[in-house]
Amino acid sequence: MSQVQVVTKSETELPKDKNTFKKVISKLGPLLALIILVVILSSLSDKFLTVNNLMNIASQSSINALLGIGMLLAILTAGIDLSVGAILAVSIMIMGIVTVNMHMNPIIGIIVCLGVGTFFGWINGILLTKLHLPHPFISTLGTQFIGRGIALIVTAAAPIAGFPLMIQFAGNQFVGPIPVSFLLVIVVYVIFHIFLTRTKTGRYIYAIGGNPEAARLSGIKVDRVLMIVYSLSGLMAGLAGLVMVGRVNSAFPLAGLNYESDAIAAVIIGGASFFGGVGTVSGTLIGALTIAVLRNGLNLLNVSADSQMAVIGIVIIAAVYVDVIRQRRAKKK
Amino acid sequence: MVVHTRSLLEIKGIKKSFNQNHVLKGIDLDVKAGEVHVLLGENGAGKSTLIKILTGAYQKDAGEIYWEGNLVHLNNPVDSMTLGIATIYQELNVIPELKVYENIFLGRELKHGGKMSLLNRRAMRKEAERCLELLGQDPKLADEQLGKLGIGQQQLVEIAKAIALDAKLIIMDEPTSSLSAQEVEQLYKVVEELRKKGIGIIFISHRLEEIRHLGDRITILRDGFKIATLPVKTTETDLWIELMVGRSLDEKFPKQSFNLGKEGFRVENLVVAGTNEPVDFSVRYGEIVGISGLVGAGRTELARAIFGVDQHKGGKVFIDGQEIRIKSPRDAINAGIAFITEDRKSEGLLLDMTLDFNMAIANMDKFKGNTGLLDLKAMRREAVNYVKELKIRPGNIELHSRNLSGGNQQKVVIAKWLCTQAKVFIFDEPTRGIDVGAKVEVYRLMNQLVENGSIVIMISSDLPEILGMCDRVLVMSEGKLTADLPIREASQERIMKAATGG
Repeated sequence: MSQVQVVTKSETELPKDKNTFKKVISKLGPLLALIILVVILSSLSDKFLTVNNLMNIASQSSINALLGIGMLLAILTAGIDLSVGAILAVSIMIMGIVTVNMHMNPIIGIIVCLGVGTFFGWINGILLTKLHLPHPFISTLGTQFIGRGIALIVTAAAPIAGFPLMIQFAGNQFVGPIPVSFLLVIVVYVIFHIFLTRTKTGRYIYAIGGNPEAARLSGIKVDRVLMIVYSLSGLMAGLAGLVMVGRVNSAFPLAGLNYESDAIAAVIIGGASFFGGVGTVSGTLIGALTIAVLRNGLNLLNVSADSQMAVIGIVIIAAVYVDVIRQRRAKKK
Repeated sequence: MVVHTRSLLEIKGIKKSFNQNHVLKGIDLDVKAGEVHVLLGENGAGKSTLIKILTGAYQKDAGEIYWEGNLVHLNNPVDSMTLGIATIYQELNVIPELKVYENIFLGRELKHGGKMSLLNRRAMRKEAERCLELLGQDPKLADEQLGKLGIGQQQLVEIAKAIALDAKLIIMDEPTSSLSAQEVEQLYKVVEELRKKGIGIIFISHRLEEIRHLGDRITILRDGFKIATLPVKTTETDLWIELMVGRSLDEKFPKQSFNLGKEGFRVENLVVAGTNEPVDFSVRYGEIVGISGLVGAGRTELARAIFGVDQHKGGKVFIDGQEIRIKSPRDAINAGIAFITEDRKSEGLLLDMTLDFNMAIANMDKFKGNTGLLDLKAMRREAVNYVKELKIRPGNIELHSRNLSGGNQQKVVIAKWLCTQAKVFIFDEPTRGIDVGAKVEVYRLMNQLVENGSIVIMISSDLPEILGMCDRVLVMSEGKLTADLPIREASQERIMKAATGG
């Protein structure tokens, strides 16, 4: 083959340096924004950079972080899961019925909570892969309404309070100064990081988002992977519900309302691409922390909840715009 | 024919670099009215960049562009369009949902009066009909929905659009690469019409026979330099290739013959979806079997059915006499079949993923360590080996496959299948859109596969390639096999006859 080789050797090494530099920048991108935000807020409020407050932020970010990691999987496959907030609600309502009303063992309650979440996620997967609804936006929008409806129906819209301590553990206990909920987030994120980078199914998730047809023709059972993705997103919604019940010691049907927006925001701020195939676990964590820091900081500065919404909206748009510019540059190269 | 001496377009000393990467290093080119001027060069020689400068998509760093003798500046695509430069890209810029005439007038619709008035459909239809007639087409086409037309006709609509815009220079970027033989013939006629009308054409193609057939002059680019401009009629094809690759290619088709072994692969009574004709064929060790036929004859569909991509009715597939049941691509891969698809970008590659990932994707199990987790280092090592073995350039496995040239992308796809340790390789148009040098490498690789005891099947619309590389050719027409010829009995005529069902 050597006779027809015409490309010069120097090309082999050429792009490497620039590439790693660019990679560092694009990986640092979301983190840099978070650091800048922290610096600004600590200069504006002396209450911000205290252990107490930071642990507060960690705890406040945990529900969104858990929903966000499920959302990341969906978005990596170029999909979305709009039902996570509703799944959270239906999971905790049914857990409430099982443990509070029916006095069952709290362990069974936890299993039911996670099981209901996973089941709803599985339904999302079925709608997408077996009923061939054109986009998960539609199927999960449907299950969002269904889930919320069921959450309201099961107790005729009444909240359930008085959960056993074991169920509250994840949401309101601390190990030293660190909230259990945040430790849970760390464990979950480490597992998902390994899952996405080091397992076959994890890598397939990226491949499907990058090019579903090529993935299929490479022998990937795309439907099976999508089922796993949406089931895991449901499972994470159940887990986030468990944390929520612990925090407020009650389950109410409107819990998690609009939480899907925060979860999507966390994933996108974390640098994932809406077109699939691009996104990291660490980025999503940074995204979730960014939102929590922003909310917390604005609270400390006595910014009203209404204005906070607008600010977060601006941050989302700015973050995605940066991503757009980055991609445009990458394409020109 | 009128002899045109005046240059329509003349460019001098065009240079362009991206960062430190000098893509064009001083290109001269002149195109006369009524001339078909061919641009020939390997992928990466600078053709695309040059075209993008002419269409105003890129700005040149140095050099001059003269249009009908006047110095011009092309700062954006509109400048270029206003002068009368139109481009027909490989990937068509049409909207399938709209009608043909609507496509032709897209963005500059005719109206009854002022800005706010309604569309003048009749005038648009009439003008569209006129343009189609000029190209020797049925004017009734104007009212068809574009998406219902074949690729060849869609392309003609784009040419009609260029005419409607009064284009004086039409740039055609590999216009025949996805056309059937009949469509190609039709395009040739259209090009002839355009030439008669005094329109200048810059024609980019890798198909040498086509260049010989159509071209007036040929300009050869290599590594960003203009190497030569030659008259087509009086120069040898071998000279072009030599100038293009910078050395002589010993042969275009490095065919090696091996001893025929026993039968290794057999398909029985396979009925491809959409037809009722069962297909039977077998392949022996030591031979390359080509599958020829017109576009749409069912060749790709057959391959997809074998590979378990599409549903098919009945039929059995055997490897080494053992029947294998294939219900999905996974089954096919596990049985040792590789399918190098026709469309690299949409079916073969993960464009925004690294090379190592692209190569490992079809056989991740190979890289599972003791812990059950993937051994990423082993994956990279294997990828580096393939990069060396297949001479993939640039060889940085961290690059995304999008950044490679067509020939190198094809090698990445082949590496993916080598990684599955496949035994049966089905190549579907393996050399489409890749340059001569890379083509030869793909052919040699096929030789190697056969030598190492693999079964190689090649679907191709390129008859010289079939005749040059295969030991036997199967011809398909309308979903059924119409010929099975040893290559010494095959000829372009015989194959075409079988392909057209005659």
